[in-house]
Amino acid sequence: MSLDFKPGAFDFFRDETFRESFTYRNSNPLRFPFPFDRDDYMYSVNMEPHVPGRKGTAFEHILDVDEHYVAEMIDRAKVLADDPLRCQSLPHMTLAGWDLLELIMEAKARDYPQWFSLTKNGNRWHWVNRPLGIEQSFTFLDESTLPYGPFEYITRQTQGDFSLQDERDNDLWMDAGMITSQADWSLDFDIGMSFMEWHAPVPLAHEKGVFDRALKFLLKLQHGAPVRRFNWTMTVNPLLDTAPETYPKWGPTKTTLTQENLGAKQHLRVELQSLYRLPRSNAIAFDIRCYLCSFEQIVTVPKWARRLHRVVRDLPDELAAYKGFLRNRPAMVEWLSKYDDGAPTSPGWWPDD
Amino acid sequence: MLTPVTPTIRSRPVYAPLEPRPGRLHLMVADGEGADALIELLAKANNRSEILSSAHVIYAPGPNGTDRSDVLKALGLRQFFRAPTIPALLPRLVRVLADAHMGTQFYLAGTEGLIGQAEREIMATGFPMGAIQKEHRGSTVRRVQCVHCKGITENVATDPFKCSHCGLNLFVRDHYSRRIAAFQGVNIDAEDPGQVPEPVVRFK
Ligand code: HEM
Repeated sequence: MSLDFKPGAFDFFRDETFRESFTYRNSNPLRFPFPFDRDDYMYSVNMEPHVPGRKGTAFEHILDVDEHYVAEMIDRAKVLADDPLRCQSLPHMTLAGWDLLELIMEAKARDYPQWFSLTKNGNRWHWVNRPLGIEQSFTFLDESTLPYGPFEYITRQTQGDFSLQDERDNDLWMDAGMITSQADWSLDFDIGMSFMEWHAPVPLAHEKGVFDRALKFLLKLQHGAPVRRFNWTMTVNPLLDTAPETYPKWGPTKTTLTQENLGAKQHLRVELQSLYRLPRSNAIAFDIRCYLCSFEQIVTVPKWARRLHRVVRDLPDELAAYKGFLRNRPAMVEWLSKYDDGAPTSPGWWPDD
Repeated sequence: MLTPVTPTIRSRPVYAPLEPRPGRLHLMVADGEGADALIELLAKANNRSEILSSAHVIYAPGPNGTDRSDVLKALGLRQFFRAPTIPALLPRLVRVLADAHMGTQFYLAGTEGLIGQAEREIMATGFPMGAIQKEHRGSTVRRVQCVHCKGITENVATDPFKCSHCGLNLFVRDHYSRRIAAFQGVNIDAEDPGQVPEPVVRFK
C-alpha cells in the first residue's frame, strides 16, 4: 500500500505535513476537543461513556475522521518505514486484531458512507477506503488474505494510536500496539507489560489510587459500552511522532521558543482516548486519538484562552516535568497571560457556554 | 544478605529471600554472590537432602569477579554447571527448561541482569510467575537498553553513561521491561546537546 496525496481528489482532506515544513493547521479550531472543563487540572479517574456527541465536533462519531486523515496516514506510513518496531503484536493477539478490524470497518462504513464501504458475503468481505484509494476483498479471520496482519492493516487506515490489552490474572497486558503519535513513551519497551507496569512512570496518580480504580473499572468494561477519557500534554511544532526513540531529533526544538514564535509553534496536544471491549478475544482496545492545536488558534476562543493560562500556570511541577514542559512553562504563561483578563469562566469544555 | 532495593516505580522489580518449597525439580540459577543465597536456602530447608538430590544449579561468576563455584560444587548437588559468563549460561538453561515439567521450582539469585534474563527464559516456556523466586545479591550494576538504538549495555555502573552501541549519553531510568530484561536508558543531553553532567557511580 503506497499512499500519495492526490490533490483535488478529496478537497475535504488537507494536504499538510507533521514534519519538516509543518504545514498542519486546523481549518476550524472550534472542532478541537479542548480538554479542560475547569480552570485547574489534576489526575483523576475521568471516564465517561463513549457515545456520539455534538454535531460538527470531534465527538460526533465514535471514530472521528477529520480533515487531517489522509495526511496522518501518510505520516504513519513514514514512521513505520523508518522504524517497524512501532507496530508490534504478540502472537496470541491476532484474534483481537480481527475484532478491532471489524469494529473500525463497521463504524466507518456506517458513519462515513461517502468515504468507506463494507460489504459482507458470509466471511467474504469487501472493503473500500476511498480517501486512501484502497479496495480489498478478503476472508474474515484468514490472515493470508490481507497484505498485513489484521491489526496493522486496519490501523494503517485509522487515525489515532491503538493498543490491544489481553486480560489475564485480573490484569490487563499491553500485548499489541500501533504507536506512531505517542506522547513520549515506547511501545517496544512497554509491550508485554501489565497495567501498573506501563503506568509506572506517571507521578502522583499511583499514590492517589487513580490507577487501582481505573483498572478495576476497565476489568468490568462490557462489549458495546465503550468509554472515553482525555489526556493532554504540550508539543513544540505540530509533530505527531514525539517518540522516545527519536527524542534526540525533536528534543532540541524545545529550546527554540520565543515570545514572538510561541503562539505559532507551541501546540496543546490532546488525546481523546476511548476503550472498547472486544467480542471474540475479550481483549480491550485502547484508541489514543491525538489532536493538536497551536496556542494562537486556541486563544481565538476567549474562554479557552483564559482557562489554558490558568491551567498551565497552576499545574503542579511534577506534572509539568513529567509532561516535558517545565523548562518552557514560564514562557507559555507569559504569552498566555495576555489573553486572560481574569474574568470567570463557565464550567464545561465547550467554547460557547 | 539480600541486596536492598528501594521501591521506586511499579515496573521496577523487587526481590525477597529464597524459601525452600516442595518440588520435583529444583532449578537454581545464580551468579556471583547469588551462591550465598542458595547456600542459605539449603541451610534453612528441613528437606535439605531431598532438595539436594533433585537440584540442578547453573552458575556463573559475578560481574565483579566473585566466583563461588568450589563451594557450590562441594554441596553434593545432583547436577552443577559452571558457565564463564551469563551469555554462556543461557543456552544451557534453555535446554534444561525444554525438559522441565510443571512442579519445577525455580530459584534465581544474584545480579539483576542474571535474574532478569533467566526469568525471561523461564516465562517464555510458559511457567507461571508464581513458580519463580528471585533474590538479588551482590553487584547492583544494571543491564540497560538504549531506547534510541535498542542496543543493551551490560554492567552499567554510572549515571549517566555512554551507550556501548550508539555512543549517546544516557541517563538510567527505573522503568524496567521484563520482556527485554533491562532498564531503560534515555539520552540526557537531547534538549541541550553537549551538556552532559559528570557521571556518578550509582550502581556498584
Ligand atoms: C488500557 C488502556 C490504557 C493504556 C494502554 C494506557 C497507556 C498509557 C501509557 C503508555 C502512558 C505513558 C506512561 C509513561 O510515561 O511511560 C499512560 C499515561 C497515563 N495514563 Fe494510561 N493507559 C490506559 C488507560 C488509562 C486509564 C483508564 C486511565 C485513567 C485514569 C489512565 C491514566 C493515565 C494517566 C493519568 C497518565 C499520565 C498522562 C500524562 O500526564 O501525560 N490510563 N497511559
